[in-house]
Amino acid sequence: MAKVFIYPATSLILSDLVARFGHKPLGAALGIRERIQTAGVDSPPLQITPEDPKRGLKYAAVEVPSGVRGRMAIYGPLIEEAEAAIIVTDADLAFGCMGCARTDELILFSLRQKDMPILELKYPTTDEEGIEFVAAVRKFLTSLPKGGES
Amino acid sequence: MADYTPDYVGTVTKYVFVESPTMTAGELALRAYEASEGVLIKETCFGLQVTGEPEAVEKLIEEIRTFDPVHIFVKDRGFPPGDPRRCRANLGGARPGYLGHEREFRVLRYITRGLEELDRRGEEPEEPEKPAVPPARGKRPLLDIKRLQELIETEES
Repeated sequence: MAKVFIYPATSLILSDLVARFGHKPLGAALGIRERIQTAGVDSPPLQITPEDPKRGLKYAAVEVPSGVRGRMAIYGPLIEEAEAAIIVTDADLAFGCMGCARTDELILFSLRQKDMPILELKYPTTDEEGIEFVAAVRKFLTSLPKGGES
Repeated sequence: MADYTPDYVGTVTKYVFVESPTMTAGELALRAYEASEGVLIKETCFGLQVTGEPEAVEKLIEEIRTFDPVHIFVKDRGFPPGDPRRCRANLGGARPGYLGHEREFRVLRYITRGLEELDRRGEEPEEPEKPAVPPARGKRPLLDIKRLQELIETEES
């Protein structure tokens, strides 16, 4: 079972397909869950602690806004952990404020810099594209170590 | 900073979405309740949220997927159900993330079609005539090295 980073990191479709074909999807939920279930690091309703922008320094320079570094404190460890990635490039749900947008750019850059298999595609808009989308994802995932339909 | 004592430590929470012509979210919930063992299930308008120990949740998810394999979709959730930071009962509106789900819900029927077609084809997918998915970024053919040399020489002369 390979650890596959999904982009958009909140994608239902990618998360489901990666798990369906026998791998572990790495998305935003895992990073958020870790913070939510750790006592003493948080003060509701905040999820980003004052420590996170410092941790984010590992992934972004100090000149980068703290909002981006804070977000990278969540995504950075997941990208490090990833053994492969699936990127949907035209995802219009991957939008947000400037912090989110810049973080998304940094995530994509970090993924492409890493020496690992990456599948890039677009969301389907027709049945035919849906078939091609699922076939491409399955082919990619079965080519990873210990892949296969669960 | 205020002290924070988290709930549901060591558990996982998963969303289960159902987009099926034959199964409603209510029916899915009833069948999930029957199959669940020590897992917290919350029925929602789109399906379920299940929370519990990782093994128990995984077992339940495997069972749930068999109800309607190509119409049921699952993803992780960071927050446990009813968390006051995300629960719309406290926020007074749609919870964050809802719009993303709504957007992807429109695409689910194409994914279902793809899963059905792959099931029909069997384990060995047929080789499509064209590349499975066009590359997202247009790949232009590389410049031939001889042609590059000619261009350099032309510029220099």
